[in-house]
Amino acid sequence: MTPPVLSVRNLRVEFASRRGVLRAIDGVSFDIAKGEVLGVVGESGAGKSVTGLAVIGLIDPPGRISGGEIYLSGMRIDNLSPEELRRIRGKRIGMIFQDPLTSLNPLYRIGDQLVETLKTHTNLSESAARRRAIDLLAEVGIPAPEKRIDGYPHEFSGGMRQRVVIALAICAEPELIIADEPTTALDVSVQAQIIALIKRLGRDHGTAVMLVTHDMGVIAETSDRVAVMYSGRIAEIGPVRDVVQSPLHPYARGLMGAIPTLAGDAARLVQIPGSMPRLSAIPPGCSFNPRCPFAFERCRIERPEPIRQGTQAVACHLYDTAAKETAA
Amino acid sequence: MIVFLLRRLLQSLAVMLAVALIAFTLFRFVGDPINGMVGQDATQAERDALRQNLGLNDSVVVQFGRFVGRTVRGEFGLSYQLARPVNQIILEKMPATLELSLVAGLIALLVGVALGVFTGLRPRAASSRFLLAVSLVGVSLPTFLIGILLILVFAVWLRWLPSYGRGTTEQFGWWTTGLLTIDGWRSLIMPAFTLALYPMTLIIRLVRAEMLEVLRTDYIRFARARGLTTRAIHFGHALKNTLVPVITVAGLQFGSVIAFAIITETVFQWPGMGLLFVQAVQNVDIPIMAAYLLVVSLIFVTINLIVDILYTVVDPRLRSTIQRPA
Ligand SMILES: Nc1ncnc2c1ncn2[C@@H]1O[C@H](COP(=O)(O)OP(=O)(O)OP(=O)(O)O)[C@@H](O)[C@H]1O
Ligand SMILES: [Mg+2]
Repeated sequence: MTPPVLSVRNLRVEFASRRGVLRAIDGVSFDIAKGEVLGVVGESGAGKSVTGLAVIGLIDPPGRISGGEIYLSGMRIDNLSPEELRRIRGKRIGMIFQDPLTSLNPLYRIGDQLVETLKTHTNLSESAARRRAIDLLAEVGIPAPEKRIDGYPHEFSGGMRQRVVIALAICAEPELIIADEPTTALDVSVQAQIIALIKRLGRDHGTAVMLVTHDMGVIAETSDRVAVMYSGRIAEIGPVRDVVQSPLHPYARGLMGAIPTLAGDAARLVQIPGSMPRLSAIPPGCSFNPRCPFAFERCRIERPEPIRQGTQAVACHLYDTAAKETAA
Repeated sequence: MIVFLLRRLLQSLAVMLAVALIAFTLFRFVGDPINGMVGQDATQAERDALRQNLGLNDSVVVQFGRFVGRTVRGEFGLSYQLARPVNQIILEKMPATLELSLVAGLIALLVGVALGVFTGLRPRAASSRFLLAVSLVGVSLPTFLIGILLILVFAVWLRWLPSYGRGTTEQFGWWTTGLLTIDGWRSLIMPAFTLALYPMTLIIRLVRAEMLEVLRTDYIRFARARGLTTRAIHFGHALKNTLVPVITVAGLQFGSVIAFAIITETVFQWPGMGLLFVQAVQNVDIPIMAAYLLVVSLIFVTINLIVDILYTVVDPRLRSTIQRPA
């Protein structure tokens, strides 16, 4: 069997701060297969972005990956040298950030940014790279690409800029795309187009996609599987339909209760009473226990590990058979 | 673009006119010029005739108009003290000041940008902290003190460099240059460094601050996520984005380098316009003072125009906002 495109095992990311070491990611594991879209949801500060940055090797000091392993198509990449990692970034892993307005260098023509990236990762000549850049712009749906290629970022609308960003992320045909809230900064009217584009590109090229978003509606529409993150851990992960229709983790149940039937403006996560603990004050046991209506003693002492439940995996003591009787 | 440049040009003209007005009033402040021109025993009739001849009976506006007309033609009259045409004297002294300022400006720009990038890329390194501490000294010590210290060390104690003058110069038409001989350079190095120190430290600090800021931006993070080389990111994407503010400050600083040359030229007895101006002030030689004022302002205004044009070359966003005026 071929290994998954991305395999993250027990990832831990820590930030050194004045108040000591803060653990932003604590034991996260997941896989993404070829052509699969994994949606990642969770409240602000849950660790979604940090997970993505760790995979692509862009955690800057004072942060560091302090434990676990990351495999790209079976090859371990978390312990590579900075130069080896650089060669993977943009070539085998493409990244799309939240804000297309600030992702592009304002002083460079978009064609130059594309050609520069292409020439960094391929042996294409200048003119071949330029032709490829035009093809790429066409592929991401930019009209009249042979003209627009010489434009500067400020001459493009937000949606068009995000298309350019996507073209830059996919230009070397990566195996994996990490899209960190690619539509949050965009007009509602273009959000759906961008999501559709990412989905189409992933399908056409067999690319694995890690799609971070706050929008459960988007996840339900595009993802194959979904991971629900809470304070640096994965609370629940499984096929989208199962997690959406029958969420297991109390936190996930709270989230899914918030999905509106009509995809659209109200599709934001609804706040569950209370708020996520700060990194400096994560309670012992399950970090969700202060907000959990079902919390019992064990939840305040012992940290739950993921437990298989059919197609889903859930990190909750309620599903530990030994503990089930006490909870009921 | 053209409209923008024309508007800038008009503004520059207005500035020059204002400076001309100041220069013009300088003359009127020192009292009746007739007193300085005729002997003690001149009769009132002689005085009146001279007054009529010189056009001093005309209205102020007409006189100012005439003054501007002469200025445009480069006629500043005779120096009271040297009794020679002022434009000749200024032209003689100009190359010395321009060479000094140009070399100082280049030192400030090149060393300033290089060290600014260096310290910006390694904000926490001991070498960066040391450089910044030293540069703080550069900003806080007065120019004349630095000049005198340099003279003391390199001219008096070590005897490596001459303490004053331009050294050997060569003549090209009206231009005299000290840049073609070793001796000229030996004389130039201390005053140029003294003059460069202040703008250099400013540029170091500015480039450093801009660099730190730019390195935190999303487009730099995205450039890294695309796997571009560190070199392309630092010296292409980041450096280019620090240039707009650097051009502003460098341009303004070049203007003040020429102004500050007054002090440096005095300390090193550098035979330029600055020294000429100081001597003119001591002797109340109004035509020279007025001419100096106008020439330096002209240089200032020209630099500002160049800076405006450079902006639009570097930053495409400015090009298009300028094309579509609000
Ligand atoms: N450079 C940093 N230094 C210190 N702490 C950091 C740093 N970057 C992230 N963190 C911490 O890591 C945690 C996870 O942050 P992350 O950005 O991954 O959240 P997120 O899930 O992406 O949230 P959002 O939805 O707001 O984007 C947060 O508590 C944050 O404070
Ligand atoms: Mg985030």
